[in-house]
Amino acid sequence: MLESIVMAILGGTLIGLAASIILAASGRIAGISGIVGGLLTKKPTDVAWRSSFIGGLFAGGFLLVLMTPASIQAPEGRSMVMIVAAGLLVGFGTRLGNGCTSGHGICGLSRLSFRSLVATMTFMGAGFATATAIGMFS
Amino acid sequence: MKHLLTVFSAGVLFAVGLGVSGMTNANKVIGFLNLAGDWDPSLAFVMVGAIGVHLLLFKFILRRESPIFGSHFQIPTDGKLDKRLVIGSLMFGVGWATGGFCPGPGMVSSVGLGSEALVFSVSMLGGMVLFQWLGGSPEPTATTAPVQ
Repeated sequence: MLESIVMAILGGTLIGLAASIILAASGRIAGISGIVGGLLTKKPTDVAWRSSFIGGLFAGGFLLVLMTPASIQAPEGRSMVMIVAAGLLVGFGTRLGNGCTSGHGICGLSRLSFRSLVATMTFMGAGFATATAIGMFS
Repeated sequence: MKHLLTVFSAGVLFAVGLGVSGMTNANKVIGFLNLAGDWDPSLAFVMVGAIGVHLLLFKFILRRESPIFGSHFQIPTDGKLDKRLVIGSLMFGVGWATGGFCPGPGMVSSVGLGSEALVFSVSMLGGMVLFQWLGGSPEPTATTAPVQ
């Protein structure tokens, strides 16, 4: 448990640094759902910028696969139907709510946004309730 | 070019941070969100680390007149609460706990070519496209001029 906590703080620090680089370099919020979603609008904006960040995410994923493959693990006890439903809900929900764990949870809370606080409490609450319910009934 | 390389590097750092922290381990995410059973609270500390760093640097960075590679900062205005914020966040939370992935970890994990992460990521893009089809529009931010 202690090791898990230390790694979580260390990883979180890297995420916070990455978000700070995006803010300092581009003046933008490092919200992943917003960066990706902006490519899927009728008139995508800042395509090169968005693609560079997403390319970096994939490259980072590649590093993880090479150096610490155990860090990437598929969910157990979740059917493909559940995975598809999860993806649709996350995609639609983050666009409707204008942010996800990174945009609202990290960037929003760091700049003390009340909207982001409400969003974060809402998706955390829904997440706890849903995972607990699935855990109890399966 | 320097700008895009910097953004690319930040993406790499972000993904490595997600991996190191445990966020790309969907079982760990589910174990964190499932309060019954063997609860693993360690992922709460990802937020502690990330917000700790970003909160400190945020104020420092905003002392600049403009970002290094852009003409101005594009920070969302903290507008009023509305239904779409709450309903969208509810949907996101339910989906996050159902699949064990939020957007970043889902996409980063899909590099490992596991079928769950790939199916999740494609479905997530589908959900975003569906939002557009149904006429959804992103809320405007304070300033919207493109960065250089």
